[in-house]
Amino acid sequence: MSEVHPQPATRVVDAAPKADVSIWEIFLEFLIIGATSFGGVVPYLRGSLVTKRQWIDDKEFVEMLSISQSLPGLNATNMAVLVGEKLSGFIGSVAAILGMCLPGAALMYAAGIFYHLHGDHPWTTALLKGVAAAAVGLILSTVVSLSKKALSHKFDFVFMAATVLAVNRLHWSVPRALIVVGILAILFHRPRREQKESAL
Amino acid sequence: MSQLPALVRVFAYLSLLTVGGGMAAFPEMKILTVEVHKWLTFSQLIHLYSVGQMAPGPNMMMIVSIGEWAGGFLGALVTLVAFFGPTALLAFVVARFWKRLEKWPWRNSIQQGLAPVSIGLLLAGCFTMAKGAITGLETAAIAVGVLLMLLQYKINPALLVLAGAIIGAFSFTSK
Repeated sequence: MSEVHPQPATRVVDAAPKADVSIWEIFLEFLIIGATSFGGVVPYLRGSLVTKRQWIDDKEFVEMLSISQSLPGLNATNMAVLVGEKLSGFIGSVAAILGMCLPGAALMYAAGIFYHLHGDHPWTTALLKGVAAAAVGLILSTVVSLSKKALSHKFDFVFMAATVLAVNRLHWSVPRALIVVGILAILFHRPRREQKESAL
Repeated sequence: MSQLPALVRVFAYLSLLTVGGGMAAFPEMKILTVEVHKWLTFSQLIHLYSVGQMAPGPNMMMIVSIGEWAGGFLGALVTLVAFFGPTALLAFVVARFWKRLEKWPWRNSIQQGLAPVSIGLLLAGCFTMAKGAITGLETAAIAVGVLLMLLQYKINPALLVLAGAIIGAFSFTSK
């Protein structure tokens, strides 16, 4: 079953042999990730799937992550579906996404009930005011780090600003902004015969 | 009970807007859940979203709380499936044929073109939320503090949100 290929030394983690991974194992591994990934799922995914389990290698991981980011849906659940599919087809995807979602969903179910009962308490209101402000800072930091990684061209910032203005100032619906600005940006990045390397 | 079909429609629709992250759907989520269906208030939406940042797993699990408020346990369940089902199915289908598109030159164009738009949507969501969450100098200071800390140090964001909770509890209770 497992053929041993000589791998180039540059790769950090070699491609795992196509091992038989049971549905149960997939579910459990994603359940652990779903229950422990405080503050963002991606690093936990890599640590678990690439480093610990070696179900996928680094190259696959990066590729799957870029697919996850281009598609609608959260990185966490898209990654679960992609990895689950690779390991065990449709059932694998279902097991992975269930494991990924259950702990957080249970927690927020309880938190929602608690907040409904005690949300008016002055302590809770004060606490939540701080939490919300911190969350704004967190989203801004995501914007900054994503921009550094994903925006290669000066014009990308124009598209980004246009999207913000369309939604916040012109009050376009999100799909309208996504389609209009998205198509313009895709056309701007259209395939060219001679790729200009200067933008890099 | 009658809220279930509305929950399915709203969250299945919102699910398709989460390009680049859950925050991309936030402006639309505000309109639909607060203004149209009145399942919760804007400040409750902000609170739930923020608390959700401290939970492990996908960072939009606060939708479960909205589902629970609007339709009890069934509401929560239905919301969860509606919000994650459509995009999961899409990811599954794409996983099957994405490899074959590797040679298709537009694949790269789509990825490169969607990146700035999805970041823009994220930022737009952030501004929508900031309108409700940043109410004065103190809250602005917390937000900027968290931003700078995250850009400067490798620190778990959930811890900073927790720190925000503690600072909030001590500085805003007196008012």
